[in-house]
Parts: sequence; structure tokens; C-alpha cells
Amino acid sequence: MTATGGRRIGDVLLKVEDISLSFGGVRALSGVSFDIRKHEIRAIIGPNGAGKSSMLNVINGFYHPQKGKIIFKDIARTDIGPYDAASRGIARTFQNIALFRGMSTLDNIMTGRLLKMKRNLFWQALYWGPARREEMEHRAAAERIIDFLEIQSIRKVPVGRLPYGLQKRVELGRALAAEPELLLLDEPMAGMNVEEKEDMCRFILDVNDEFGTTIALIEHDMGVVMDISDRVVVLDYGKKIADGTPDEVRGNQAVIDAYLGVQH
Amino acid sequence: MGFFIEVLFGGFLAGVLYALVALGFVLIFKASGVFNFAQGAMVLFAALSLVRLMEWMPIPIALLVSVGIMIVFALVVERLVLRPLVNQEGIILFMATIGVSYFVDGFGQTIWGSEIYTLDLGLPKEPVIILESVFEGGVLVNKFDLVAAVIAGILVTVLAVFFQKTRIGRALRAVADDHQAAQSVGIPLRDIWVIVWSTSGIVALVAGIVWGSALGVQFSISLVALKALPVLILGGFTSVPGAIIGGLIIGAGEKLAEVFIGPSFGGGIENWFAYMLALLFLLVRPQGLFGERIIERV
Ligand SMILES: Nc1ncnc2c1ncn2[C@@H]1O[C@H](COP(=O)(O)OP(=O)(O)OP(=O)(O)O)[C@@H](O)[C@H]1O
Ligand SMILES: [Mg+2]
Repeated sequence: MTATGGRRIGDVLLKVEDISLSFGGVRALSGVSFDIRKHEIRAIIGPNGAGKSSMLNVINGFYHPQKGKIIFKDIARTDIGPYDAASRGIARTFQNIALFRGMSTLDNIMTGRLLKMKRNLFWQALYWGPARREEMEHRAAAERIIDFLEIQSIRKVPVGRLPYGLQKRVELGRALAAEPELLLLDEPMAGMNVEEKEDMCRFILDVNDEFGTTIALIEHDMGVVMDISDRVVVLDYGKKIADGTPDEVRGNQAVIDAYLGVQH
Repeated sequence: MGFFIEVLFGGFLAGVLYALVALGFVLIFKASGVFNFAQGAMVLFAALSLVRLMEWMPIPIALLVSVGIMIVFALVVERLVLRPLVNQEGIILFMATIGVSYFVDGFGQTIWGSEIYTLDLGLPKEPVIILESVFEGGVLVNKFDLVAAVIAGILVTVLAVFFQKTRIGRALRAVADDHQAAQSVGIPLRDIWVIVWSTSGIVALVAGIVWGSALGVQFSISLVALKALPVLILGGFTSVPGAIIGGLIIGAGEKLAEVFIGPSFGGGIENWFAYMLALLFLLVRPQGLFGERIIERV
């Protein structure tokens, strides 16, 4: 990881324009547009089923919207797959932890570095010498992440055996291992106790601060959202109902109504 | 005692073969969630390719070309079957592999012929007597059985190193554990599918060599896949060691049953013993010997 340092919010890194996505009859997203600027922490909030996770899935290429454009680093694409997204610098975590349960913490994080490794997996398998050396370099990078997230003691433990809070942390580690430009976090603090949440907040802020990583964050805990995000976009029933700083959003009547369940 | 061991060893040869076929299944099932009905057809196709190519070229070249054919086969399956059906239900992919199986059986016999071919790679076949110091009179085994066991052992070791120590191995294990997560870190699923299908094709070739050398290359090889099913139930669908140990248990079990309790049933036990064993096992341990515990989440 290379520290770019500072937290100057920069130009637009990602822009989604007029995104509509439906599954059969279910409209998960209708005409949603917003942007994410370099180095910022951008929260996406909204009641259950609002379409937040679907939005992340669109951004990292799991879902293909029927309509709309995704412009990442000034290149517009609608049909990218997860492989392209990852190779262009988008990493993510999942709402329901998606780790490689049979592997150790270290192996999970190493897997996150796959794209950083030299191309052509196949020849690497046969080339012992150089591949070994390269492997050591990546190993060192993985160890730095392990130190950063304070999970040295579970380096060798198969992640399936870890408690929930630690699994979430390993998943963050795997995403960080890719040294992403844009990090998508889907409810990184869900199901955690207060102390674990505080740790997670600290890690997110440190990543953003030390490495300048841009972060899109889905979170239900309003306290956390208001504390750490620079700007917030609010979805409800697949539509964007508000967009602005935490203070602006907090006072917005549509947002209050959506959270109180006022009928539309 | 010596006779018991002889029967046991005889059973292990069949067991090694079942294990190899089951191994091909497990690799594909783990990496793509596809229950590949065509594994048996792949064994036949690989063996037929090799035996016919050997009429034209030296053995090492024929082996290499056969490996190449199985890789091309993997590429074709990925392009024509897996890619168009991605994200479909498991049952649909399963039916597609039934189609592949019939196609490969027919296609193989059309281009390679449908007689019984003798496969002679120059592997030793003469019987030897071992363990003379342990049992009176020793144990009579076929050298070929030993060679087959060694070949299978080498193959499994190579695969284990490949999976545990290499980068592709790590990517393969990642895909087996969680497709979505694997994609999110940039593992290209299509390449992985080609690699596992190729690996399974090579495993099929080895199984074809073992089986074909023992009994000749013929259509009935394709049916050995049906014996792999009880092996998988015993060993678990996702466990490589399970496939091997399950294969050995089924192979040895059915031979022992045939010889020792067969006479009181009027023989023919070999044909159904494996299924009955699997059925009993299913009642006790549905996840198989080494399969992951099935825990329902609610
Ligand atoms: N793969 C899918 N197939 C069918 N429907 C889907 C799929 N993914 C999401 N949906 C539907 O799209 C809508 C939005 O779901 P989404 O998961 O994006 O909501 P969310 O805002 O993340 O909610 P939560 O806070 O509960 O995680 C829901 O109605 C959901 O059922
Ligand atoms: Mg969600």
C-alpha cells in the first residue's frame, strides 16, 4: 500500500447516471444518478429493500442495469463484469460475509492480491524461482494489512472458525489487499457490538486518510453515517430521495418520512 | 489371511479406478457446482483417443496429443455449454452434461471406432508374490495393480501440490469456496472453468489408461461413471481425500462381499453392493465421510 496521504477531496471518480435495474417485476433501482469524488467517504443509506446493495452490485459489475451509464475514471461502460471492475481498481465487501471459509486469514488476504500479481497465472505455476520471489513480496504486503487491521493472532486460522466481527475485518483486509481506488463496503458494521463498531470506524477512517482510498459505504447506523461520511445519498424504493452532506440529509423531510414509513 | 489380502488388493485396483473417476467429478463440482454426468464419457473418450493415436505415433507423443485433446474439449465445453448457461439452476447444467455425455460417447466412437482396443503402454502385468515374510506363502498380486496404485498416487500428489502451493490452486480453492467473492477479487471464472475441466480431462485420461490397460478400451468404460456415484456419496461431493478413500472402500468392499458373502446370496453382489453401502451411509452421514457438515441456516 502506498500512502498518498492527505484527505483533499478531488475530482469525480465514479459517476452513475440514470441507472434503472429490475428483476422480473421488481424494480430495484429507477433512474438513480449520483457521483463519488476522489478521496471521499460517500454513504448510501435507505430503508430495507431500498436498492442499496443492488447499487453496489451494479458498480462492481455483478448486476447489469437495463438503463443508465457508469462512468469510472472517465470511461463509461454499462456492461462491465466483476473481473473488469476489479482490474480497474474496484474492491468490495459483502452484506453477508463472503470469505473463502476453508482458507486461513492470510490466504484470504493473499487471494485479494491476485490481480496485483503478474499476469498469466498459468506460467507462474511452472516458474518456480521468480514466482517464489514475487510471492514473498506479496506476502509482505499481506502482512502489512494484517498488522494494520490488528489481526496478527489469527493469521493462520481458517476464517470459517472466526467470530463474526473478525470475519468482517478479514473481509475488509481482503478488499484492501487489492489496493483499490474505490472501496465498496456493504454494511461493514452490521451485527457488531459497540466496541467492534468503533474499531471498524477507525479502520475505515484510517484507510481513507492514510491511503487516500475512496469509499462508498452502506450503513444502517445513522450515528456512524453522520460521523464518518462526507456526503450521503439516500435511496427509497429504488429512487434517490436526497443527496448532500450529513446535516442536509438529516433535516430533509423526504428522508424523515422514508424512515418513519410515511405512505407515498 | 493371505487369501483375504489378495482379494482386498484386487478390490483396491477397481477402487483406484473409481477413485479417479470420482476425483474428476469432485474437481468440477467444487469449482463450478456442476454435477458432471459426462465424466465417464470423458474417460472413454480420452482412452479411445490415446489408443488410436498410438497406432500413428510414439507413445509419449500420443500421450501429449491426448492431453491436448482433453484441453480442447474443456475449451469447447466452456464456450458452448457453461458460458451460455451461466447462473442457471444446477439441474439445468446437470442435464446439459447428460447431453455432453451422449454427444461425447457418440462422437468418440464415430471418429475413433467402436471396437475393443488393447491398450499396451508396456506396463508390467506379470503376477508377483509379496509379503512372503509376513504370511505363509505370501500374497499373490498383479504387478499392474501396484503400478496403477503408484500412478494414481503420483497424480493425486501432483494435484495436491498444484492446489495447495500454486497461485492458480489458490484461485481454484477461492472459486470453490465462494463464487461471488472470487469474482469480486478479480478471479476470471471462465479461465478457472477451463482449467478445472482440463484437469478433470487429464484425470479422466489417467483413469482411462488404468482401466483400458486392465480390460481393454471399450464402451463399457463409460459406465464406470455410475460406480462413481456411490463413491461420491461415501466420500462427499466436495472432498478430494473423500473421493480417494471412498473409491478404495467401495472397490475393496464389493470384491470382499462378492468373494466372502457372495456365495450365500447366489453371487452378483458386486453389481449392487456399492449402491447399498452408499444408501446405508446416506442414512447415517448424508454429508459423506469428509464432506462439510450440512447445517441449515434459518
Ligand atoms: N438477485 C436478485 N434477484 C431478484 N430480486 C433482487 C435481487 N437483488 C435484489 N433484489 C430486489 O431488489 C430490491 C432491492 O434490494 P437490495 O438488496 O438492493 O436492497 P438493500 O437496500 O440493500 O436492502 P437491505 O438494507 O435489506 O440490505 C429488493 O426488493 C430485492 O428483493
Ligand atoms: Mg443490502
